[in-house]
Amino acid sequence: MTKKNGGADMLREAVQEQEFSEDQIRESDTWLDQVKTLVRQNKLAVFSAILIVLIIMAAVFAPVVAPYDHLKQSLTDRLQHPSAAHWLGTDELGRDVLSRIIFGARISLTIGLVPTLISMAIGTVLGMCAGFYGGKIDFFIMRLADVMLAFPSLLLAMVVMYTMGGGLINIFIALSLVNWASTARVVRSQTLSLKEKEYVEAARSIGVKKWTIMFRHILPNCLPSLIVLFTLNIPSAILSEASLSFLGVGAQPPSASWGLMVVRGKKYLFTEPWLSIAPSVAIMVIVMAFNFLGDGLRDVIDPYLKEQ
Amino acid sequence: MPQNGAIDFAAFFCENRILFRLGRGFPVFKKVLKRILVSIPVLVGVVLLIFIMLRIVPGDPVTTMMGEHVNPVVIEKIKKEMGLEQPLYIQFFKYVANALKGDFGTSYRLNRNVTQIILDAFPNTVKLSLLAALVAWIIGIVAGIVAAIRQNRLLDRMFMGCALMGVSMPVFMTALVLQYVFAFRLKWFPVSGFDSFRAMILPAIVLGWNSAGSIARMTRSNLVEVMQDDYIRTARAKGLREHGVILGHALKNAMLPVVTMMALQISSMLSGAVLTESVFGVPGIGRLAVNAIETRDMPLLQGTVIFTTVLIIAGNLVADLLYNVLDPRIREGA
Repeated sequence: MTKKNGGADMLREAVQEQEFSEDQIRESDTWLDQVKTLVRQNKLAVFSAILIVLIIMAAVFAPVVAPYDHLKQSLTDRLQHPSAAHWLGTDELGRDVLSRIIFGARISLTIGLVPTLISMAIGTVLGMCAGFYGGKIDFFIMRLADVMLAFPSLLLAMVVMYTMGGGLINIFIALSLVNWASTARVVRSQTLSLKEKEYVEAARSIGVKKWTIMFRHILPNCLPSLIVLFTLNIPSAILSEASLSFLGVGAQPPSASWGLMVVRGKKYLFTEPWLSIAPSVAIMVIVMAFNFLGDGLRDVIDPYLKEQ
Repeated sequence: MPQNGAIDFAAFFCENRILFRLGRGFPVFKKVLKRILVSIPVLVGVVLLIFIMLRIVPGDPVTTMMGEHVNPVVIEKIKKEMGLEQPLYIQFFKYVANALKGDFGTSYRLNRNVTQIILDAFPNTVKLSLLAALVAWIIGIVAGIVAAIRQNRLLDRMFMGCALMGVSMPVFMTALVLQYVFAFRLKWFPVSGFDSFRAMILPAIVLGWNSAGSIARMTRSNLVEVMQDDYIRTARAKGLREHGVILGHALKNAMLPVVTMMALQISSMLSGAVLTESVFGVPGIGRLAVNAIETRDMPLLQGTVIFTTVLIIAGNLVADLLYNVLDPRIREGA
């Protein structure tokens, strides 16, 4: 009886101590502080964040922002050079290139955000299970991750596209399935160290269910790394979509995907170079912005990740 | 315990056979063997995954190959010849057994042995990748060293800006810009093709550019870190000139991780090669894969993907071993 009470006391103490130290951490380093540090340290990252917000706004309000309808063809206006009426000229079907790029931002951003989110969710759950349960589950999941990481991701995505056929929805699925392994690795290694923490032990000893421990105690502590990883995974997803579309196994016409615009403009590279260069620059700008932001966030939020 | 089943197995294997005697003399040898054994399950997984993924394609491969209006009896006969009516697991074991003998099956479209097609295209991809690696190493290492020496000054900022641009630029963009400027405007190089050394230069630069960016970034950050170590201070204190300190002492240590990364870059190079080859019309492995998808040629796609992935696994293995051999701390088993 006394033993039981003693245990409960110790537990209460441990929990209190934990709450105390968490409060301390929260006080010393709120997310607002981190944003301040970021603004002070890394102007480039802040500039990138603003740029990303602007691009997102342009994509959301594309019908308002874009000067023309991105699908409207006008064969009399085909292959016009850049002018006041068409800032970036028109393509081989007389469609305004600038409007297509603005509408294309919708595709690139959705591809950057949604499949990345899905694949990271898969990776997080699998990584947490592997780290938390250990044993056979860990072995199986991590060997699967090894296999996924052994492929060059573009080739694997190409195989998925072969199986399912072209089109944007299938790119969604392909990219969601392909990129989970690296997230799983990071989350697993964090779970391994987090599950040894006192508060996890405390939660376990008062009989909290494993899934609850994982999602309420371990996941929140993985979040900083996950946010950084997310920002850094977005550009690679955008590049993958562009590459797949460029190779003709991704988005299909008349979609305004940037990769597709580049490959269709390639035919006119020597006479109307802006047709392929303009969407390429758009891809580069958005990828660079996310890379800069991710680099900056990593330095502020999670320096540990850099060493990995 | 089962967490590291493969490694445990490898360790058991190493420690309980004749090899043990060899292993005792050469710790590296033991490591090599362990590492090779660990990559076997990954290899099997890779083949299995590709095999399954390509067989859940909707529709029947023979109908796809011959067209819709072919006598069903003929289709059945061909299926039997190709062994497609057997259960999947038998097909898989047959495929693996043949692959081990170097036979990846017959292409649907070209009606030639896939291994032969791959081996015909392979030298081009190798040439392209090696040249690209050369470009990446030279540009990347030199830029990294210069940036580290001039840390936080204008040259450093400029080089690192370029490096990040190199990492962020889509391969096809570099390709198209260089093609436009150097092949079309200046006419220094042919626009496409891969038959002369001059024709290879542009594709190699395009493919190397991305890797050059990451190598430069890594060289810089490692060198900056190493330069703060004690032995650098010692070297300076004994009166060595600055470039002696950097080239003789710092670089050796800073380059260890870079060397590993350079080998790991093989993977991204082979991915990038798909795009580079398709822009410049290089008849390499990447082009084969893209063509195989376009013509729905399953055995060819399967062969190219498995071949490429095996190469990458081998590349990673070499990278790992290189690190072991180069770093005396690990080499001596300390």
